Amino acid sequence: MKFIICVCTLFLCMSESGAQNRIIARNAYIKFSSKTPLENIEAINKSGVSVIDKTTGQLEFSVLLKGFSFERVLMQEHFNENYVESDQYPKALFKGIIKDIQLINFAKKGKHSITVNGSLQLHGVTKEVTVKAFLNIQDELISADCNFIIVPSDYNIEIPGLVKDKIAKTVEISINANYR
Amino acid sequence: MRMKKIIFIFSFLLIGSLVYSQGNLLEGIDDSISLKQPVTKTFMSSRVINAHSVEMIGRGEMDFRILHRFGPVNQGIDQLFGLDQASMRMGFDFGLSKKLTIGIGRTTFKKELDAFVKYRLAQQSTGVKANPFSVVLVFGTSVYTYKNTDPTTKLTFSDRTGYYFQTIVGKKINNKFSLQLSPTAVYRNMVLAGDDKTIFALGVGARYKVSKRIALVADYSYVANGLPQSVGRNPLSLGVDIETGGHVFQLHFSNTPGMNERSFITETVNNWSKGEIQFGFNLSRMFNIKKRSNNR
Repeated sequence: MKFIICVCTLFLCMSESGAQNRIIARNAYIKFSSKTPLENIEAINKSGVSVIDKTTGQLEFSVLLKGFSFERVLMQEHFNENYVESDQYPKALFKGIIKDIQLINFAKKGKHSITVNGSLQLHGVTKEVTVKAFLNIQDELISADCNFIIVPSDYNIEIPGLVKDKIAKTVEISINANYR
Repeated sequence: MRMKKIIFIFSFLLIGSLVYSQGNLLEGIDDSISLKQPVTKTFMSSRVINAHSVEMIGRGEMDFRILHRFGPVNQGIDQLFGLDQASMRMGFDFGLSKKLTIGIGRTTFKKELDAFVKYRLAQQSTGVKANPFSVVLVFGTSVYTYKNTDPTTKLTFSDRTGYYFQTIVGKKINNKFSLQLSPTAVYRNMVLAGDDKTIFALGVGARYKVSKRIALVADYSYVANGLPQSVGRNPLSLGVDIETGGHVFQLHFSNTPGMNERSFITETVNNWSKGEIQFGFNLSRMFNIKKRSNNR
């Protein structure tokens, strides 16, 4: 019986140590901007949540769409109501894998350029995306920065004719997350 | 026996932890979905048609509203179905904070000035400690500023003044359908003989979205007391809201030409069943007068 308990505890410990390999970022910063000659639209969200598994390189990132704050209240309401329809699709979710994560030594300070392959789920549509990012390993903290571009029409986000000159065809997204 | 039990418990834990580690990485970490989230856009505009809706003006924004009410359509082609006659109200509503909106306006009919303060007591929300309803309080006043041409009577400022107070309880029942009830009291300092000075009414407002930017709206008030039964009618307006970015157009048919609470609740005399209805529209244009800082 003792043996069995030992084995079981061992298993338990192992799965626990798996959890310790995960680094977590809360309050991640996400900004998106749409630039046209007529109007620049910018929104900021400071409550993204992300997890990286240091051994497997798995990465997940989740953002509540209602958490985006715009310069104009009306834009924010329209964004949620008419564009991303956040009542129906409350989150944007990215699931991916960091390429060659085993080459990164998390014990040593340093900057690394990484590539993340994965899928972005937004407005009920899932699309494959590949993004380049930077990891900056510091003492207690691993900060990640990333910029990429998405096309709203890829995600069935419809821009009506009347405002099509004011909303860019491509939206630039920048992310900063601090993992611990 | 005991050992079996222990093994059972441990294997349970094991399976549990295995499932856990194979599941989503974010599981147990990302609980943002259960956060309290406000329900927005219960109505497209701060008015159902005539009556206040539970919507507020965003902080730092100004809603410039132009309201037109034409003559009765049953006058026929001679008056171009009422379009030859028009009265209008011009109004400016300001969002002072998330919870506080104030507004002023002036109506051509009787040259009436009006002003209101609108306060949001509760906002409908989802998530933990969800609020099932939005509750909004409105206090408003209006004063006739037309010149008194009758030398036998003297109209004081107080005679020209009226007040109203209402509580609006609204709910976005689903993405398409919203409903609100607004018990209202209107007080007029001077009334015709036989009329009550205080009039109670129950407003009912409804919206049904037919597409992302188009909705059908209905605005009705049941006037409970104080109007001569033969003349006073309950105002009913039916219309369509069209939203185009910063504008909202509200086109409607109604039996009231009134454009503020005193006017449409206490002065409606037309009868839908006799075809005494008029076309009207509200135009709302939102202006941003104070940008929110980036450090929000």
